[in-house]
Amino acid sequence: MSDTILKINDLKVNYGGIEAVKGISFDVPEGQIVTLIGANGAGKSSTLRAIAGLVKPSGGSIEFRGENITGLDPTSIVTKGITLVPEGRKIFPDLTVVENLKIGAYLRNDDLTDDLNWVYDLFPRLKERSWQEGGTLSGGEQQMLAVGRALMSRPKVIMMDEPSLGLAPIIVRGIFDIIKEINKRGVTVLLIEQNANMALKTAHIGYVLETGRLTMSGSGDELLANEQIKAAYLGT
Amino acid sequence: MKTMNDTKVLRTPDEVAKRQGMWLTIVALVILYVALFALDNFIKPSKFTLMLIPVLKKGAIYSLVCVSMNLLNGFTGLFSLGQAGFMLIGAYAYAIFSIPAAQHASVYQYFDGGAIQFSIPELLGNALGVNLGSFLGAVICIIIAGLAAAVFAALIGIPVLRLKSDYLAIATLGFAEIIRAIFQWNGLGVITNGSNLLRKYTAFGDMKIQLGSQVFKLSTTFPFLIAMIGIIIIVLLINSSYGRAFKAIRDDEVAAEAMGIDLFKHKMLSFVISSFFAGVGGALLAMFQTTVQASAFMSAMTYEILLIVVIGGIGSVSGSCIAAFLYIACSEWWLRFLDSGMLPFGNIQVSFFRDGFRKVVFSVVIMIIVLFFSQGIMGNKELSFAGLIRKIKAKKATKAEKAQEGGAA
Repeated sequence: MSDTILKINDLKVNYGGIEAVKGISFDVPEGQIVTLIGANGAGKSSTLRAIAGLVKPSGGSIEFRGENITGLDPTSIVTKGITLVPEGRKIFPDLTVVENLKIGAYLRNDDLTDDLNWVYDLFPRLKERSWQEGGTLSGGEQQMLAVGRALMSRPKVIMMDEPSLGLAPIIVRGIFDIIKEINKRGVTVLLIEQNANMALKTAHIGYVLETGRLTMSGSGDELLANEQIKAAYLGT
Repeated sequence: MKTMNDTKVLRTPDEVAKRQGMWLTIVALVILYVALFALDNFIKPSKFTLMLIPVLKKGAIYSLVCVSMNLLNGFTGLFSLGQAGFMLIGAYAYAIFSIPAAQHASVYQYFDGGAIQFSIPELLGNALGVNLGSFLGAVICIIIAGLAAAVFAALIGIPVLRLKSDYLAIATLGFAEIIRAIFQWNGLGVITNGSNLLRKYTAFGDMKIQLGSQVFKLSTTFPFLIAMIGIIIIVLLINSSYGRAFKAIRDDEVAAEAMGIDLFKHKMLSFVISSFFAGVGGALLAMFQTTVQASAFMSAMTYEILLIVVIGGIGSVSGSCIAAFLYIACSEWWLRFLDSGMLPFGNIQVSFFRDGFRKVVFSVVIMIIVLFFSQGIMGNKELSFAGLIRKIKAKKATKAEKAQEGGAA
């Protein structure tokens, strides 16, 4: 149906002697929302960090539109169009909201007005608070800022590491609506979540990770209906 | 109100404040330089000016050095303690290239007149006249001093900047100590004069300007001029997109890296630029002291600078400048009476006002500042005329609002 934008092949990530990711392969089709779900320590974050270039994979390959990007530095990966929204938001607390957003576009030299307007359009809250320091925002607003900041680099693929972490259910719903909205504008989303319910409802494709290995895959609805998943992640 | 023009209407007072602030700043600077020029040339030396002038000179030098340290510690979040080392390199680089050729034999008396036999201010002086020559020569030597410090910073930055927080502080501190030892080593004596003084080079007293047939002194104006240019360059850097990246690295390295900011490149840039201006500050300090000796650039000097940065507010350029002048004035002037055995007023003798008591009081003052004003004088805010105008306007606006409310009620 659509082309594969990211192709992960037998990816392995080691921390010292510990193998966090033990050879996983999956595809991310262009224009879709793909989610990796799994418990703590399943290797979800390590996978994203490896794709973003923050850790060097110990084996396997990562292809972006057919080009091998394994082991490139984060600067070139962001330039190619893959941006990570890090876990725990990690906004810059002493910079204003506008400055935070501009940092997101640090590697671009062109005009930012359109992108700023788009982000403000998605998150009107950020426009109201544009001169406030990032650290003074609430948790939900900080998550909005983190997503907005990532969008400022005009990514083709946006990777989100647990955007629902520590947020109230109603805010989480808002964030997932925004994720769909971003996806509608043609940005491919790779999402990792512990909140399997929300993630699978939102995603087109889901993968289940367990202790460094992929154990299941399917469309979001299929996985939602799966008995094993229900028992392990949905708590029903 | 029309929604279309809303943003424009809202922004105008801000822009007005900015413009007014800029003009006020220019006016204040003109007044400052006129006053300094008058101090150099027209005001008769008295007991008061005898204390004031050195404090002003040293304050200007320390402002620049503190702002350069703030760029690294306050804006990039790199806790480096190598400042004295880079100042030492700057001071020596300046002195070595500006000792007049005829004086080499006496300065380098233990090293057969030394290896370098020319002086840039003298060479330029021969071509352009003594006054212009020494002025331009000094400026060139100051730039050489900055470059020398920057080159050293680039070299040691490669291994050292991979370290974080305390480890970086220890490594840079160690580097500064090593530099001090190397500069005192006899093996390099033909250049550094070993552990002996470097002297007789171009100093602040040689900074003169000839207008028509009259010669005016620039002895106090010169350090202000150089320090101001340096600080302006640092401020421009901080407000550029590079500065924003520095602050992002300070706030969160992982997030900055995820945004595609090359951590090493930006840390290196900040380190090298900070060291450049530390070198310039070292050169100015050499000019101020008229003699230079490596043994004076101890880690205590770095701590002094760090203290000023903390007192002024980590992350505030204006705070660093204010604190630098206050600190120098206190330590060199206002608290002197504590060593003299007399109160500054009347003729009262105090038995415990002996040599060194000043330092005791000074330490207590510093402790009070650090304990009760942990943000420093300015925190991470800046003092500017534009900000002041905005504040006054905001106050007026709330007053008017209150008056209106009162009237309505």
